[in-house]
Amino acid sequence: MWTIAFKEASSFFSSLAGFIISGVFLLVMSLMLFFFPDTSILTGNYANMDGLFYMAPTIFTFIIPAITMRFFAEELQNGTMELLATKPISDFKIICGKFIAGLFLICICLIPTIIYFYTVYQLGSPKGNLDIGGIMGSYVGLFFLSATFLSIGIFASSLTHNQVVAFVIGTFLCFICQWFFLYISKIPVFVGKIDYWLQKFGIDYHYTNMSKGVIDLKDVVYFLSVISIFFALTHFVLQRRKW
Amino acid sequence: MSIEVKKLTKIYGSQKALDEVSFSVSKGDILGFLGPNGAGKSTTMKILACFIPQTSGDASMGGLDVKLNSLEVRRIVGYLPENNPLYKDMYIKEYLFYVAKLYQLDNPAAKVRNMIELTGLGREQHKLIGQISKGYRQRVGLAQAMIHNPEILIMDEPTSGLDPNQLTEIRSVIKEIGKEKVVVFSTHIMQEVESLCNRVVIINKGKIVLDDSIDKLQHFSKGSSNIILQFLPTNKINTAHFKKLDAISDITSMGENAFEFNIKGNNDVREALFDLSVAAGYKIIRMEQRIFSMEDVFQQLTGNR
Repeated sequence: MWTIAFKEASSFFSSLAGFIISGVFLLVMSLMLFFFPDTSILTGNYANMDGLFYMAPTIFTFIIPAITMRFFAEELQNGTMELLATKPISDFKIICGKFIAGLFLICICLIPTIIYFYTVYQLGSPKGNLDIGGIMGSYVGLFFLSATFLSIGIFASSLTHNQVVAFVIGTFLCFICQWFFLYISKIPVFVGKIDYWLQKFGIDYHYTNMSKGVIDLKDVVYFLSVISIFFALTHFVLQRRKW
Repeated sequence: MSIEVKKLTKIYGSQKALDEVSFSVSKGDILGFLGPNGAGKSTTMKILACFIPQTSGDASMGGLDVKLNSLEVRRIVGYLPENNPLYKDMYIKEYLFYVAKLYQLDNPAAKVRNMIELTGLGREQHKLIGQISKGYRQRVGLAQAMIHNPEILIMDEPTSGLDPNQLTEIRSVIKEIGKEKVVVFSTHIMQEVESLCNRVVIINKGKIVLDDSIDKLQHFSKGSSNIILQFLPTNKINTAHFKKLDAISDITSMGENAFEFNIKGNNDVREALFDLSVAAGYKIIRMEQRIFSMEDVFQQLTGNR
């Protein structure tokens, strides 16, 4: 499991893909938060990092499927899946290994954003006047959100041996899980009836909850369940060759 | 250590890829697996390597069932898939190290060094797999299949695409390993089977059509021959004239006044045929003896003739 995680992670950084992905993420974030006047923290007059946590899910919808698209699609395309599947390692561990590699790359993306935190901390008036609890909660939420997107992306990758198709399916599924339920709950038929329940199905509801700085067990359980569901689906798809 | 296959059947959708295939291989055997394309060779090997399960029947490797003890079986089996899939963006050493870690071997670095030495990859060892030639890739494939010192080695067309020198080298590697392990490999090259194997299984349309030792097969193939005679175009040939010879079972016309005489058993009838022709006034312009080779046996058994 760790062997696979290590191999996947190192192949990201040996092919530059990892640097490009995390570089693009940080570049876009820096532009948004410090340069573009419409979204800049500097012109916003509030010492907070809401911009980051508001935009990150959107960017992750594209970036995470880009990370995961090759995980199984490439193995299926090259036939190396046959090699991997005949080694003494279970399919479940293969999935876990790839998931861990993905998490590692996400961390590489997220850790440098601590610089933003430090900047905002220094700029606060008085210095350090910002909602640290909220930011910590948001980070935890973002971590769970990206883990969920990862499991979705891995599932999408296992469906096809075409990486582009894997990317598009992954992005679409992330979008569905993130916003579909939120937006559909605004349809007049549902408003005031089941809109609240519908929203609870979406990731956005739970992510927003965590952004408030409250880490509710319910939200954690929600994220872990979605991840498990997509793990199970991926496992199911990989086992399908055995029919 | 041995392989036992009993009534192995594999059905893909409505197509029967394998139909009650049974054979066994024991230690020290090198089994050549022959058959035309699509006969079920790869399917059998994939089942033995635990990549896909059989529809029915049993296969056990060293006493372990491939379905029930899949993980344990995979630990004692080395497998080289068809077309030798590899990670092209990895370095040879890095890749072998990765495989060694997947097998959870002790001292993986030493194992990698051993394999590089055994397969003669020394000069190329620092290159990317994507950059090396097909022959070297095949060696990398062999190295990954043997790195954990498996008791059973399964190789699907290990020598395809190699140049004659590489062929000889890879064959000698296989022969060396075969002395103390169970080796099963598939190929299309008959000479390879003759020079490497001591057992042959020929499979056609999912069924075993021949399972024999190589000595018997060679004996069988060398036992009989055909003779082709061609006469002057102006001669009118009455084939019944030659039927007097008991050793001739059948005469077929090949056009241009040429005939193929099927000879029964191990008889040499060239002289008799000559005399008969002279007696009838036929003028022979060509006489050719065709000794059956492994290829002919293969073609006869797999019905492509």
